[in-house]
Amino acid sequence: MRSYVPRYEMEAPRDLGAALERMAREPGAWKPFAGGTDLMVLLEAGKLPHRKFVNIWGLPELRGIEVTPTLVTLGALTTYTELRRHEIITREFPLLCQAAAETGSIATQNRGTLGGNIANASPAADSPPALFVYDAELELVSARGARWVPYHGFWSGYKQMDLRSGELIRRIRLLREKSGWKQYYRKVGTRRAQAISKVCFAAAARVDAGRIADVRIALGSVAPTVLRAVETEKTLRGEKLSPAVLHAAQEVLAREIAPIDDMRSTSRYRRDVAQNLLAEFCEALSA
Amino acid sequence: MSEAARKIRVQCVVNGRAATFETYPMARLLDVLREQAGLTGTKEGCGEGECGACSIEMDGALVNSCLVPALQAEGAKIRTIEGVADDARLHAVQQAFLLHGGAQCGICTPGMILAAVNLLARNPRPSEIEIREGLSGNFCRCTGYTKILASVVEACRDAEKRA
Repeated sequence: MRSYVPRYEMEAPRDLGAALERMAREPGAWKPFAGGTDLMVLLEAGKLPHRKFVNIWGLPELRGIEVTPTLVTLGALTTYTELRRHEIITREFPLLCQAAAETGSIATQNRGTLGGNIANASPAADSPPALFVYDAELELVSARGARWVPYHGFWSGYKQMDLRSGELIRRIRLLREKSGWKQYYRKVGTRRAQAISKVCFAAAARVDAGRIADVRIALGSVAPTVLRAVETEKTLRGEKLSPAVLHAAQEVLAREIAPIDDMRSTSRYRRDVAQNLLAEFCEALSA
Repeated sequence: MSEAARKIRVQCVVNGRAATFETYPMARLLDVLREQAGLTGTKEGCGEGECGACSIEMDGALVNSCLVPALQAEGAKIRTIEGVADDARLHAVQQAFLLHGGAQCGICTPGMILAAVNLLARNPRPSEIEIREGLSGNFCRCTGYTKILASVVEACRDAEKRA
């Protein structure tokens, strides 16, 4: 049943400082509210537990894409549409661009934000596997200060994250180092648009004289959080691609993930597809 | 039930006219438009951002109005289906929907038209794949996709002829 809207408060601070002050004054009571593509769905379903929101949509300190020779820094409010239209992102971070293109619909992409996708912490989110492969770092800010943390390790369990009371995600930073890497992204869902993933697979590797010099693999919808498949990566790193190596990596991957049966798919299907996507990625590396 | 929130005043521009609404900050823009502005052309389908029936333009971007809290409409330029035609003159997309029978029950039609109009504004000569992508967030449950697609293809051709 729909929530009773008059019970929900929302304030509109004039800048980021005022937003952080609001969150600091009553610890844990006020939550940031960005594009609303997840929170409004909960509101409509009568399942939005928090009652007090700070509107951060439109705060300029959380917007914009900055590019330096070594880094790309994305404001937490960067929308999927902005990612898809950005020249450097489309050229150097194709996994992120593809994830953005396969998230929801045009309308969702206009309102959904990268920071929101991270903070919502859905195990089925489509941009985090790409961000994991790019070794993203997050800047977390509160009224007390700012800190940078690696994204890998930010989530500790289902919807559990290293976000302290009064903190919000301000920026996401990516190193521009992937030239010469082969990159692969595939989302498997019921339908191209609007579908939530059954399995989402993002990976990149650097192949040197037939050997996998380095590799990164991350998956969505196969564990309580989006997962970096570090054991599978170890199995492949330094190896020359062969059917035996692929088979060994597939076995490790099957043990590393923990998919479940739910309304969207089954554990068995997800495991099979994850292994098949690994094979497709390795095939793309040999091509 | 207790009312924690106070009503706020939201000032925006709807279909070219200044508008002021008094509403709760988390009221859905969809409800404000339908119930306070009387613009019932915008439909509610799923109410969770899946079906696109409530599509409107906000500052030129296509959005699902069921997912926009009223507070965020402050200062926005909003266009609903009622603002697509130029007085009595239909938009090329509306004309093409009439010609090709692009509407059956009509619930998805306002959203479909907004999505198509928005696409053509961004990309005046879309390929068929781009049209399909542009409409992929709008569901039709009369399964009229073929005629809807034909309508938008026609509207592009029409726009090209006029250009």
